[in-house]
Amino acid sequence: MINIKNLNKYYDTTQVLNNVSIDVHKGEIFAIVGHSGAGKSTLMRCINGLEDYSDGSLKVDEKEIKELSKENLREFRKNIGMIFQHFSLIQRKTVFENVALPMELWKYSKNEIEKKVKELLALVGLDAKSDSYPSALSGGQKQRVAIARALTLSPNILLSDEATSALDPNTTTSILNLLKTINEKLNITIVLVTHEMEVVKQIAQRALLLEHGNIIGLDETEELFLKPDDKMKAFLGETEVVPQKGINIKIYFPKDNVFQSLITKMARDLDMDFDIVWGKLEEINTHIVGNIVINIKKEQQEKVIHYIKKQNIVWEIL
Amino acid sequence: MVDILLPALGQTIYMSLVATFLAVVIGFMLAVVLLLTSKGGLKENLPIYTMLDVVINTLRSFPFIILMIILFPLTKFLIGKSIGTTAAIIPLTIGAAPFIARLIESALKEVDIGVVEAAKSFGASDFQIIFKVMCVEALPSIISAITLTLITVIGFSAMAGAVGGGGLGDVAIKYGYYRFQTDTMVYTVLILIALVQIVQSFGDYLYKITKK
Repeated sequence: MINIKNLNKYYDTTQVLNNVSIDVHKGEIFAIVGHSGAGKSTLMRCINGLEDYSDGSLKVDEKEIKELSKENLREFRKNIGMIFQHFSLIQRKTVFENVALPMELWKYSKNEIEKKVKELLALVGLDAKSDSYPSALSGGQKQRVAIARALTLSPNILLSDEATSALDPNTTTSILNLLKTINEKLNITIVLVTHEMEVVKQIAQRALLLEHGNIIGLDETEELFLKPDDKMKAFLGETEVVPQKGINIKIYFPKDNVFQSLITKMARDLDMDFDIVWGKLEEINTHIVGNIVINIKKEQQEKVIHYIKKQNIVWEIL
Repeated sequence: MVDILLPALGQTIYMSLVATFLAVVIGFMLAVVLLLTSKGGLKENLPIYTMLDVVINTLRSFPFIILMIILFPLTKFLIGKSIGTTAAIIPLTIGAAPFIARLIESALKEVDIGVVEAAKSFGASDFQIIFKVMCVEALPSIISAITLTLITVIGFSAMAGAVGGGGLGDVAIKYGYYRFQTDTMVYTVLILIALVQIVQSFGDYLYKITKK
């Protein structure tokens, strides 16, 4: 659906995107993650032509964005909705008027507009606020209005630029749930830019990690977080604090393996005690994934490893 | 005294309103061109921007009374004479237009860049972005700018009176100053204070009801 190949972008002499290649599939929720200044917003803005790229190719539905004329680009943008960190609503228009604006500009009939806006306001749960002005709404409500506005022209793709970064955790979750509903109900592909790992874990099926314009990771979200490589660990700022003595073995729990009582079973089978010295479990995309580090004595190493190898699980010695 | 003051008040209001109206029309167009052509604008064109910028700054640096004298030939060409109430409208307009152009330009520039970007994201044209988004959003600030301009023009019009434009300024100088009729002078000043007060209050009211 979105095919990006060897994309480069420079601001004067500084390179902000370095040879980025990704394919976003139809119907997925794809996250572009990075710290500020990583180039993630720039990359996203290339998708709907708000920014141009220096070289490489970016195709949406087989159309090369750079080659679209100004008029065609406007027409093309109807197909891509976008929401922003600070909502970007028109303060002097009511909720209804804000949502109706894109359709008005594209000269839809009054009846069509009325019908569509009502439908969308119901979808985002704001039918009662139709005549309110943005200044009377909470942050979460404003973002809901912005989401409704982004959907008025029935796009296939929704771009979300740090849409939850200005919201509190509970509101963030409710907005993410709304995005998920939209993704499933309307079959809209969602590309979201964020610096919040929680957002990625909650909603994204796949994620791209960007640092200084370079891709440092691109995989299914569970995989990325389950067994992060060194770069990814540095990116997440995670370090394990484990004992110096003995052997530390890290056992990974991919999708829902948590529930196989592996640790206690091993203790019983081997008739052995070990210390659990580190660990982390979290929910990613509704699956529980994570890892646990156990500490054993040197002389037990062979026995334990022999046992673990038979279990067909992912593990490593730290 | 009333039959001196009343027509003078009428002349002041006539000069100020017509001149402000014309200045707003011209200034608004200038502001839109400035906005479009400025660096990072929707149709960036630095030569045009720089030229307009210089012209506007030049016009704004003139003391109004000098501007009025310089414009006598133009006024004569447009109106047929260079003095009189209607003739005063030309220099008033040309004096006020650059002023309001700057005020409207800055009002439009203050519109949240995110709103402009959002408009682009749903395919708005440059024309729509300016008129259906930026102007809508900037309306309260534009109203404030017009209020300020009208008050400034009322002040300028008193000067226009000094060179044969009529109006309250004319009365203040002719009767109050040359003929030592202090009471007439006091009345004109009081009327001007009341006029400015009314304009400001009305402007504030409009600002308040348009600001959401």
